[in-house]
Parts: sequence; structure tokens; C-alpha cells
Amino acid sequence: MQLLHEPSPQMIKEQRIYAEMGLSDAEFQMVEDILGRLPNYTETGLFSVMWSEHCSYKNSKVLLKKFPTTGEKVLQGPGEGAGIIDIGDEQAVVFKIESHNHPSAVEPYQGAATGVGGIIRDVFSMGARPVALLNSLRFGELANSRVKYLFEEVVAGIAGYGNCIGIPTVGGEVQFDSCYEGNPLVNAMCVGLIDHKDIQKGQAKGVGNAVIYVGASTGRDGIHGATFASEELSEENESKRPAVQVGDPFMEKLLLEACLEAIKNDALVGIQDMGAAGLTSSSAEMASKAGSGIEMDLDKVPQREKGMTPYEMMLSESQERMLLVVQAGREQEMIDLFEHWGLEAKVVGRVTDDKKLRLVHKGEVVADVPVDSLAEDAPVYHKPSAEPAYYSQFQQQEAYSPDVANINETLKKLLAQPTIASKEWVYDQYDYMVRTNTVVSPGSDAAVLRIRGTEKALAMTTDCNSRYLYLDPKVGGQLAIAEAARNLVCSGAKPLGVTDCLNYGNPEKPEIFWQLEKSTDGLSEACEILETPVIGGNVSLYNETNGVAVYPTPVIGMVGLVENVDHITRQQFQQAGDNIYVVGQAGDDFGGSELQKLLEGTISGKAPAIDLNVEKKRQEEVLAAIQAGTVSSAHDLAEGGFLVALAESTFGTTFGASVQLQGENVVKECFAESPSRYILTVSQEQKEQFEKLVPEAICIGKVTEESTIDVKGATGEVVVKEAVQTLEDTWRGAISCLLK
Amino acid sequence: MKFAVIVFPGSNCDLDMYHAVKDELGTEVEYVWHHDTSLEGYDGILLPGGFSYGDYLRTGAIARFSPIMDEVIKAAKEGKPVLGVCNGFQILLEAGLLPGAMRRNQNLKFICRPVELIVENNNTLFTNGYEQKEEITIPVAHGEGNYYCDDETLEKLKKNNQIVFSYKDEVNGSVLDIAGIMNEQGNVLGMMPHPERAVDSLLGSDDGLRLFKSILSHWRERNAITS
Repeated sequence: MQLLHEPSPQMIKEQRIYAEMGLSDAEFQMVEDILGRLPNYTETGLFSVMWSEHCSYKNSKVLLKKFPTTGEKVLQGPGEGAGIIDIGDEQAVVFKIESHNHPSAVEPYQGAATGVGGIIRDVFSMGARPVALLNSLRFGELANSRVKYLFEEVVAGIAGYGNCIGIPTVGGEVQFDSCYEGNPLVNAMCVGLIDHKDIQKGQAKGVGNAVIYVGASTGRDGIHGATFASEELSEENESKRPAVQVGDPFMEKLLLEACLEAIKNDALVGIQDMGAAGLTSSSAEMASKAGSGIEMDLDKVPQREKGMTPYEMMLSESQERMLLVVQAGREQEMIDLFEHWGLEAKVVGRVTDDKKLRLVHKGEVVADVPVDSLAEDAPVYHKPSAEPAYYSQFQQQEAYSPDVANINETLKKLLAQPTIASKEWVYDQYDYMVRTNTVVSPGSDAAVLRIRGTEKALAMTTDCNSRYLYLDPKVGGQLAIAEAARNLVCSGAKPLGVTDCLNYGNPEKPEIFWQLEKSTDGLSEACEILETPVIGGNVSLYNETNGVAVYPTPVIGMVGLVENVDHITRQQFQQAGDNIYVVGQAGDDFGGSELQKLLEGTISGKAPAIDLNVEKKRQEEVLAAIQAGTVSSAHDLAEGGFLVALAESTFGTTFGASVQLQGENVVKECFAESPSRYILTVSQEQKEQFEKLVPEAICIGKVTEESTIDVKGATGEVVVKEAVQTLEDTWRGAISCLLK
Repeated sequence: MKFAVIVFPGSNCDLDMYHAVKDELGTEVEYVWHHDTSLEGYDGILLPGGFSYGDYLRTGAIARFSPIMDEVIKAAKEGKPVLGVCNGFQILLEAGLLPGAMRRNQNLKFICRPVELIVENNNTLFTNGYEQKEEITIPVAHGEGNYYCDDETLEKLKKNNQIVFSYKDEVNGSVLDIAGIMNEQGNVLGMMPHPERAVDSLLGSDDGLRLFKSILSHWRERNAITS
């Protein structure tokens, strides 16, 4: 059937209407070959969203295959809503990160809010109870009103959704760099807990079983959102505002509770959320995974507006919707269960055995396509790759040697850099305590949540220093994984696994594809060595505005297990008189550093080199020392180097520090960003045992009663002498000051 | 003693309230769904925080019409302890069990952090375990906690010692920095800070536990239970 105002199959081909939907000429030809006829308007829409990069990973698949995705504890790797890792006692942790960059660039509040909503559904569709949210945000420099507006609204959107649904937002990171000015990054991560027996799969098994639609009704919002996410942003995108969805966290709270109840009911066969490409992807993927087909009657789909076409219904990305497959004959049980929560569950179709997605509208078949062709058979491209000219220039440069006249003042300036400064302005707006499990709150290396009813806890973090990735994507990728793992170790956890969100520019440009290729090499290698398999994630390409790409930004979400809550360790100093140790030496590592950015306004040179075996050995030693109860506080050295980390360890405490630097080169000792380093504090009683466990650690001073940072050089000269209060005020107030 | 935790669609601190009573106070507690029509057999009523009905229209404005609210009002009239925290407080205001109203926080943003409270009245069934003017740490987490009432009401609140908690430092713009008030009879308390989030020092503070202990010890005294 051809709807009056929709172009005919012939017109779609002749006028290349498919190209507007994102299909190439060759792809359209493939569709024609698969069907053995020309697709109609609805069918063209189905293929265009399912074959978009966002849904099919057609440009990144060849690279994603490199990731290690298995391990003895991995219960579910990539391919389902979220990955799952065993944590013992018949429990498992479920987590995933996802981007909502393009919607947030156009409508920041709703873009960010629905990003949170979507990732929560991914986790509870696995049968897990979501227990925590994290995020990773990138904006331009906080210098103009548009960037400030995006920043404030994105934070408000995350808060608005997470706070209302009642899942604590416990951690994350925010960085600012001009490359993100027109194309902010908004990545949201959700962590859930599940009992092994409750693990669900999104499969449409059993011919004759009911396909049930639950949640919000379908509107015209977000049509072609997945396609929109798979192209560059330009000024014309303002007109794409209708491609941004609107979130309703209250609806999702009801849906969450109802679905978790449904999962306990054995009438449920499969469940999947309607995320990107909505009803199309959920139905096609569930059928494809089960080797079955689905027939749906679109007249039964709850609709928010009158006169919706099949094309609009299938491509809508209205939020807070789930698709369930339920045993035939037991539909009413499910309908009643959802009714208790005030939700309508509607039987919209049946599972078939012909491996087709068949859609009926007003009594006529409006689409009839093989499910595998939508879900599995998207073309896979290996795009051409070319080393960018900037890279060889950077590699040939002499190591950057910063010229710092006044260490004290430079420290203050670094603490006020928005990337380093306190993010209290942000996390004050997030309810990070609801469900009362949060032991370590935002602002530490990693957030830690106890697991109620056990001795265990989960540590979690998001990390990525994209400056290093820009300078050297391979090394930068290694550094990102290493830092995330180090953050978990500092909190007392053993890293378990990774979810990644790969944010890059347009992969059709060979230099961008090269960044993607090299960084996935680096990420894979580090995951292999540090034994943190990748259990899921998301790829967001085309992050460009008016031709300018963001830095390669593979955000790493990592979760670790704390065996006993007694092992939980914080970055803050715990008592005066404790010995301060440093693990790892400073090298000439200023390429991409905060100091370079501060002094030069730009970054260049080589990224800090990392030896992953050294990284691993130190992580194991530090964790063993923490587990043995010998460590009072632990903090990793990251942006800004040693002095920033030392100062941060005193913030929020009444203590100070008195230390003596080891090396002759004061600037290097204070600010170099050499990886794999820690500041640890150890009480006098634990000193001996600690030194046996971490033989590399060097004692450089003591935690003091007096709230002053007192740093002396190797020959005893004063390098820094400053009241903690002065430094802390600078650090704490910087972001709200920039927003005024 | 047996507590009821009322669950509205969109309540999200119900679990925290439940565990605070069950695990930390060690008494009986059950969830009661907002559609239920009886609170028979419960000795204390807890209205938890969250976003009942998404806080659409106005915080607490729709929840106030839930079927269970008639029973909550009845229990309050019978003199049973009724505690509303955060959204629970907002619902008690909308239901007319407590005077005044909530406005959006003065900075127009959600605020989540531990804050210092002053116990303004320890001669209540909710606060007998605290010292008068004691400073305690209990977290807030709200977007609309900016308490307002007219001057006449404020005078009455002061005169009757109905102001139970105030913020030590300005938090959200509330008149007189009010954090919690009770009714004239002294058996209905509404407060924005979350005592149920401060019952275990592992999570930062256990200053809230004494509030629940106060309710329990008052009930035991009244019912002359000696254990």
C-alpha cells in the first residue's frame, strides 16, 4: 500500500529520496537486491535507520572486533542491552555507557535527560536493578554564553532525569576544550545489580507468542534520531530539533518497577528497550537473535497523535517504551501487572517462524522485510586510513620544556583550570545518595557503593584524557584504560571490566579513521594486559561542527569489585603524622599536560609514554597494600601532576602536608604528567609492612596537623608554602566563578 | 511497634526509609501502596521522599488525592506519629496537615549535600533523643525546599515551638532557615532533610537514627512496654 503523501518506490529510487534518509546509492541497491523489488517508503526508512552507523556500527565494526571481550567472569559480552560480569554469590554487575551528543548539542536539557533515560532502560532490560549513574561530559572553554548555556542545561537535564527516577548519579568527569565548542559530548553510564537467575535476553522466541508494547505512547518525536546521530552537525541542524526526544522520568520510574516485576514472572520470554530506531530495532533485533520473525499490527500501537504513518511509528524515538515477548495465553497476567503501575500493556503482534518483519497497517501489509537483513546484514566498511600531518610533526618535536618562574602561583592557576577545579557546582545538583548505598561520593578518584546485605562494594569511574589521544591515539588509548583502572585501585577495588563510548569525528575522513584505528589498538592492548575485558559500549561518530572534529575521545567506564567494605580507601588524608609516599618517578612528560595548555594555550609534542606491565605491577602492589590494611589514603597522579594531587589530598580535611621533592628538576617533579603514579599515606605502625608490599614507594614527607602545603626542593629550598584554605578556595570556586 | 512506608507512584526514598527502620532501628515495617485504603495495625506512618507523580503540577499536589491519604489524615487525627520527609513533607503541606508551602530553591537548582541542622525543639516525640540546640549532620536532596509561610503562621509556629529543625547556614532560602516543622498536636513532622540517609556511619553520618529511636522510645513509653 502506498500512502497518499508518501513517494512511490519508483520516486524513491529516481529522485534518490533514500539519500536524504542516509542511504548511499550502493546501499540502496543492496536493499533492492535483498527484497528482489524496490522498497516502499516505510521499508526504505527501516533500512536507513538500521543501517545507520548508530545502529549498525558499519564503519567501526572492523575495529571493535579487536577488543578482548571474554574472561572467566564475563557472563554477557557486547551485543545485548548491556554487558554482565560475575561478582560472586550468584550476583553480577551490569553496566553500559552511551552517547547522546548530537541531541544535546541542539536541545541540551532534553538531549542529556533522554540520554540518561536510554541507558537506564538498557540496564533494566537485562533484568538488573539500576543502582548508579555516571557521566562524562565535554564542552568548549567556559568563555562564551552558548557554551555556558550548554553546560548548565546538560547538567540540569542529567539531574532532572536521574534525581526524579531515584537512581544516584555518583560520579563522572567534565572537561573543557575548544574542540568541543560546537559539538559537546554527553555520555551517560548506568550500573546495575542482578542475580544470575534473573538475567534476561532480548529474544523473540516461540512462534505464536505475543509481542507486547508497554510504556509511553508513540509520538512524532525523535524520528530519524539514529540517522541524525550519524551525520555531522551544521548550522542547519537547528532545524533538526524535532529529532530530539522529550523525556518523562516519572513514566520511566513506573516502567522500571513494572519491568523488574515482570522479569520475575516466567511468562516473560524476552524484553528489549525501544532505544535508537525505536520499534524497528527492538522488533528486528529480538527476532533476529532468536532466529524468528515478527508480525505487528501498527493500528494497535498506542499513538500520541492522530494520523501517524507506519514510517513515523516505526522510526519514532519516543522515550520510555519497551517491547516484551510473552508466552501465548498468558498475556493477561502481564497486562494486569503493568496496570498495577498505571501502565498500559498492549499486544501489538506475534512471533512468527518466517524470519520476516511484517507490518500491517489498516489491514494492509506495509512492510515485509527479512529481519536479519535489518539487524545483521548492514554493510561493513573498512574506511581508508591516513596518518594526519600533525602527528608526524608532533612526534618529531623536542620534548616540551616548560618555563615556570613561580611554582606557587602556577599551582594556584592549575587548580583553577576548569578541568582540574572542583566539580562541586555540578554534583551538588545530582542526588548521589538516594538508595543509601553511596560510600564514596562524587569528587574522589572513583565512586564506591556498598552492596546491601554483603561485605562487598562496587567502585566505578569514567575517564578519558582526550588531549593525549589527540597527540597520539594509540598511547592515549592505553593511558585512558590505565587511568580508569588506577582510579579503581585507589579506592580499594580490583578492576573487572570496561564499557567504552567512542566519540570521534567523521570516519569518512582518512585522518579521523586513523585516529579511531590507532586508539582502538591502544585500548585493546591495555585491556588485554590489565585484564579488563570490554563488555559493551557505544560508538558516536560524526562529532564535527562545520568541519572541525572533536579530539578522539574514547570515554572509558570501568567497574571494580571491593571485596570488603573495610578496604574502601579515599583520596583525602586521614590523620596527621601519616607518612606520605610517592610511587613512580616523574619523567619529561609535558606533552598534552595541563601545564602546557596553561602556558601555551595549546597542546603539542608526544603524549606521555606508558609501560603497561609496570602499570599492572604497581596496581597489583598498591591493591595488595590496601587490602592488607596498610594504606590510609590513596590518590592517583593525573592532570596537573604531583602538586595538584598533593593539594587535592588535603582538600576537605583539616590537614596539611610537608614533603621534600626527590629530583633536581623542580618543575618536572611538581607538574609532569608521567603515568602509573600514586600518592599514598601510611601510618607509622603500618610503615614496615607497607614498604614490603610496595617496595618502589618512596617516603617524601608527612601529613601535618598544620593546614599548610609545604614543599621543599631536593636541596631544601622552599618550593611551595601556602595555606590549604587559599588553595582550596581557588579550586572550589573556579567553576561557579567562570559561570558568572 | 510497626511502621508503614507509604509508596506513591514516583516515590523513590521508600526503600531507604524501609531499611532505616528495619535494619538500623530493628522494628517492623511494611510498604503500603497508595491505592490501599487502610492503615489499621500500623503505629507510625512514614511518607518517603521522591517525585510522587513526577512532581507534575506542583510537588505533592497530586499525591495528596491518593486514596491512602484519607487514612493518613485519620491516623494523624488519632495522634499516631506521622513523618513526612522531603516529598513526604511537601505532601503533608498539600494535604493541610502542616501549614505553609514550598517554593523552588532560591538558586533555582537541585541541591544535594550533607548539611548542618540545629535541633530547635527536642521536646517532641521525634526528637527526644537529641539535645536542645544540638547540631547534627543530615543530607538534603531537593529542588523545592524553600519553605514559606505568612507572618501570622510564622508567629504561631514560633509561639507553639513547632519549628523542630533549622539549617545552621542558609541552604535554600527558607523563612527563618526552617528545615522541619510539626503540627500543633506534635505528632506530625515534616522535614526536608533526609534522616533515613543518615543512619549508618559508613555512609557519612548516623545522626538521623536518633530521630527514629525517639519515635520508638516514645511509643514504648506510651504503651508501657518494658523489654
